[in-house]
Amino acid sequence: MDSLNTRLAALRGGTSPVGFSARTIAGLNENPGCARRALLDASGADKDRIGARVGFPGRFGQSPFALARGRVFEEQIKANGAAQLLRLLREKLGLTIEEAAYLPLEDVGDNTGRELRARHTTAQLLRAAREGDDAGTLFDHPMLRLRVAGCTAYLEPDLVAFQVGGRFHVVEIKSFAVIDGQVDGEQVTAAARQAAVYVLALRELLADHGLDPETVSHEVLLVTPADFTNRPVVSLIDVRKQLAAVRRVLARMSRVETLLDALPEGVSFDLAPDDDGDPTRDPAELAAALHQIPARYRPGCRAHCELAAFCRDEARCADSLDVFGPAVGGMLGGVDTVCAALGLAEGTRAPAEDEAEIARALRHAETLRSGLG
Amino acid sequence: MSGLLTVLEKMHAARTGYARPLRRFRHHHLVDEPLVIVPLKLAGEAAAPLGCAVGTDPDEPVLLTVPQPRNRDLQHAFFTDLAHVVLGYVAARQGETEEVVPRGGEPRLRYADAPQILVPNRPALDHLGLTGRLTRFQETEDDVPLLGRWLTFFADRAEYPGSSLALALTDLLTAQWATGQSDLEDANLAMLLAWICPPEGTTGAAAAQVAENPLDFPPAGPATDPDFDGLVLQPAVQGYDRAVDAGDPVAAARAEAKVREAVTSQLMPTWRLMWKGLRRLRELPEAAGCEQRWAADRDRFTRHVDRIAEGGPPQPRHDHAVAAAARLATLERAQSRFEAQQAVDDPFVLAELRTTGEAFGGTVVAGEPDRTEVTAKGRTVLRPRLTVRTEDPVRVDDDQAYVCPDRPKQNVRIREIAEDESGCLLVLDVVSGMGTVKKPVPIPEPGETVRYTRVPPQWGGQDFPAPEETPWTHGGPPPGSEEPQGAEQ
Amino acid sequence: MDARRPAAGVRRTPGSRAVIEDPSAASQQAVESVLADMARAGDGDRGVVVDSPPGAGKTTLVVRAARALTESGETTMIIAQTNNQVDDLIERLAAELPDVPLGRLSAEAYTPPDGVNRLANVAVDTGIDGLGECRIVLGTAAKWARVRDHHRRWAIVDEAYQMRSDALLLVAHLFDRGLFVGDPGQLDPFTVVETARWTGLSYDPRLNAIDVLLAHNEELPTHRLPVSWRLPASAAPLVSRAFYPFTGFQAGTSEGTRRLEFTTRGLRSPLDDTLETARRAGWALHELPARHTLRTDPQAAEAAAGLAARLLTRGAVAVCERHPDGRPIGPGDIAIGVAHRDQADQIRRALAALGVPGITVDTANRLQGREFEVVVVVHPLSGRRDATAFHLEAGRLCVLTSRHRQACIVVARAGITDLLDAYPSTDPIHLNVPVKFPDGWEAHQAVLTQLTAHRVSAPD
Repeated sequence: MDSLNTRLAALRGGTSPVGFSARTIAGLNENPGCARRALLDASGADKDRIGARVGFPGRFGQSPFALARGRVFEEQIKANGAAQLLRLLREKLGLTIEEAAYLPLEDVGDNTGRELRARHTTAQLLRAAREGDDAGTLFDHPMLRLRVAGCTAYLEPDLVAFQVGGRFHVVEIKSFAVIDGQVDGEQVTAAARQAAVYVLALRELLADHGLDPETVSHEVLLVTPADFTNRPVVSLIDVRKQLAAVRRVLARMSRVETLLDALPEGVSFDLAPDDDGDPTRDPAELAAALHQIPARYRPGCRAHCELAAFCRDEARCADSLDVFGPAVGGMLGGVDTVCAALGLAEGTRAPAEDEAEIARALRHAETLRSGLG
Repeated sequence: MSGLLTVLEKMHAARTGYARPLRRFRHHHLVDEPLVIVPLKLAGEAAAPLGCAVGTDPDEPVLLTVPQPRNRDLQHAFFTDLAHVVLGYVAARQGETEEVVPRGGEPRLRYADAPQILVPNRPALDHLGLTGRLTRFQETEDDVPLLGRWLTFFADRAEYPGSSLALALTDLLTAQWATGQSDLEDANLAMLLAWICPPEGTTGAAAAQVAENPLDFPPAGPATDPDFDGLVLQPAVQGYDRAVDAGDPVAAARAEAKVREAVTSQLMPTWRLMWKGLRRLRELPEAAGCEQRWAADRDRFTRHVDRIAEGGPPQPRHDHAVAAAARLATLERAQSRFEAQQAVDDPFVLAELRTTGEAFGGTVVAGEPDRTEVTAKGRTVLRPRLTVRTEDPVRVDDDQAYVCPDRPKQNVRIREIAEDESGCLLVLDVVSGMGTVKKPVPIPEPGETVRYTRVPPQWGGQDFPAPEETPWTHGGPPPGSEEPQGAEQ
Repeated sequence: MDARRPAAGVRRTPGSRAVIEDPSAASQQAVESVLADMARAGDGDRGVVVDSPPGAGKTTLVVRAARALTESGETTMIIAQTNNQVDDLIERLAAELPDVPLGRLSAEAYTPPDGVNRLANVAVDTGIDGLGECRIVLGTAAKWARVRDHHRRWAIVDEAYQMRSDALLLVAHLFDRGLFVGDPGQLDPFTVVETARWTGLSYDPRLNAIDVLLAHNEELPTHRLPVSWRLPASAAPLVSRAFYPFTGFQAGTSEGTRRLEFTTRGLRSPLDDTLETARRAGWALHELPARHTLRTDPQAAEAAAGLAARLLTRGAVAVCERHPDGRPIGPGDIAIGVAHRDQADQIRRALAALGVPGITVDTANRLQGREFEVVVVVHPLSGRRDATAFHLEAGRLCVLTSRHRQACIVVARAGITDLLDAYPSTDPIHLNVPVKFPDGWEAHQAVLTQLTAHRVSAPD
């Protein structure tokens, strides 16, 4: 493992690693077939700054209005010892207890270092799990750990509720509205993926200490405002599939060694920061390093990868069908480029043996097209 | 629809740098005076309006903005203003009527005109639907609940294939042209239009790259650019809040103007793109089937006017079981009819279907115009037969009737497919529109080039139970089902 | 009623994995308990739901139930989903209940096959009025939906998981209570209409009939047939684990009861190697070199057709509990299953070129409910660049890999493992919509793992 870490650190160079969050861990599953992304993520390279350095600054800002809305809603839910939330949990989960303990884990005395907080969280959660007959407890902002590609990622769920039927439930507070029982599928899906990472971290924590990991429920509680008001509602979300997906992607991360082996000697994403932290690496050289690792560009990358614009440019320059999205490539079998496809269609390029079928289809389509005038 | 022909056009577009036509005709009716709406909402909120540009005159949009979008009173003032514009527009379409006498049915009146709402993209249509949901149940004495009912009506119709009452410009444009970029990029109105009508002297591809920069081409909404929110909008809104808190009306007015200026800066580029795209679309000839579909739209419009006039309740939050099933059946039928009709009307569409074998074309190599058959009841009927040589990958659907757009009354069925090395021979039986033994209607002759596509399915459908007769399998009658609710049939 | 209450998602009995010692008795007992529930049904009771894994004796149950209802003096309607299903059922019923007048409700344009027309106790009519005397009337759901002013106490709804719930809505007024039978592991019904309008509603018209029925009638007893009489011992454990993770089943026959033999010698060719592997293991993966192809991959089509044809030239003989001395396999015993219709067309052409008529070639949708001795499958992911939701759908793979009594041969291009690895898991989640299991990805992985152990590498 250490040698792997050394190799990954060498790839990253002198820049300090970007830590993983639940969102970025869930994000590993967005395009797991992309070797470039896998290596950048595994090495903790700063994709945002790398993208900017090679001339493709990303645009991943969030609106201050959206951030403020999220903050205000979370504060509202947690106000007065999470009174609103407790009432909802009583309704939704049939909680009989009148009062539940509310335990903020955000600060440990003066020291709010992650490792210290994580140890404190572990102690509190283990005590609750072992002394199962406690009244319900809401753990606010616990600090969890998860091993990702040999590194420790620190994760901070909104809330973990304990003692709802003797089990831990991850609580996700989101400010997108549920309207007439419906909500944008993408947003719930993103929330579920993130929650699945917390469930996994919690389960590993229990398992590491000889406790039953199944004590952590695969049903997470999503707290959102209802309709057009600030009134919160709780929805139960089954994250078993997302959990399986996170497990898969973490298992795959440990296979990044194969990707490293395929790299030519001396490839590095080093930004070579100066004393002020500003990158000094030659952009052309950095771009050349990136080009050494195959990417699997999809138009959807734009929504979740800071290097998307760089990879799209690469695909365009290579005349690749990838710029149109996977559906187009899928319709053209083994043909990879615009030039090759049009060559086959117009008969200016002799089909290779395995292109006979697609060449016939393209020529047929081209004949129909030119017949239209 | 995305077949090999579309793919090929996309690649030609990529190579030439300009968009390529995918249709010869426009399949949605465009009225002379559509109501264009460009809505913006506040980030992080479900449907808090930030502002909108609305109107029928490209040179004079009505600009509505909300200085503090979280303030419910200001929201309501915005909806009141919007109601004024939208309801005024809708009322102006309720002039002339025409009498329709369906075969075997009661005569009815329908308006000769109908409203048409145009928005930039799909999310904007969804946003109108949400705004309709937010406002139609409000219990205010003003026009806001009525605005909600109309916006809901438009959003519902936008789902209906072939309807032209509420349309997204990106949908209209992508149906018409192929660009050299992905569908995700086509959803960006500025980038899409850049390919279709680039500025003089640049290619569409180059113009699209420029159009991707949100600083020069703000998003078409309803979501705004996060950088704009942070750098421009937030300070302006905070300034308004401060002025209001300080009780300073002059400062408040000044701050409000500032928000308005900021929001207008995001609205106007899209407003101009809307009219630019619309102008381009109007240059295209309208498909034959538009007239009938627009008549159906006018019927719907007329019924909705009547429903409101009769004091009917607003559309429910969601369809009950029977309404849901009935709506699904209606949508499915409309979709298959719209798809088939486009192929009949438009040679581009028919050609696209030929790449997948759903339509076919070729040369007539033999014909038996006098051929007859004896039916099960012993009658002799004319059943002309022709043989067509084709290179298309024809796919046989049982019971599918095909029609040639040049002979719209004559339907054929595929009797047999025989393949040889140079393609295949189709044996076709003419099953309708062939006339009689005594008065035969001519059929295509040997040597003639023919094209056939699926016959559009006829109207008509299932009888669904009344809501109060919803069966036990589906939860029984919904509460309050004595009142008619849900999807109009 | 809260319309957005979650549809029934947790109703299935947790998988009891105890090994069944006597499959016949277990099957019998399952059927008896269904009949007992039906006999017990009182005024307020609405019927019984029966989940039936592939080849678990669904038709036998339907016939038994129809007989039991008839014997207790009931008149019954039977609703199936396709004309073929109706015809198959009516032939079985006519044979087993020769004295009961049966009615076949039929559309104007539909001509039942000769087999049905020849049956002495079957009347065929386009209207229900002409079938008034019949104790049992059968028809498709579409045909029943046009029937007015008719009522029977009991309906048997066959293949109810293939039925869309809006179709059930149209016929439910015709009966008081129903026996709903179907296979939950197969393909769900679908629509071309894309809208989120009804997502999360308990009566979403796009859901299958049983999901909606159970969402509103949680108290309906749900049974499960525990034994597959179709799948051989080599296949049942995998199909059960991969596609029915919570409600396992097992094979009715034991190892060695089913056997394939060839009467002519094979050559040392990849086709014969694959057939030999399938003969020994009940599974074979005929793997072509990795390559991105059109879905109409000519080599894959050729291989699938070639394998089926070769099976006939080798004089394959199937030994089973019904034919302990063996029975020659004919074209009618073989099916080739694919994902897309153009692939089926292509393979039919390839078979015609080989001069081999009579082999069934069809898409998964159309193979649902059917049974063959040997099935050749073109893997839905073969040659693809990307795994789409359509190609990963668990139901599709389940249908394709659960039609056979003897062996299943999968033709695929190498590289599916990488494809699965690269496929982002993007199943969207919706509020109040129960998560469906199995996950397509996991099911594909399970099947692929099994197949890899029986791989034969073939050249293009």
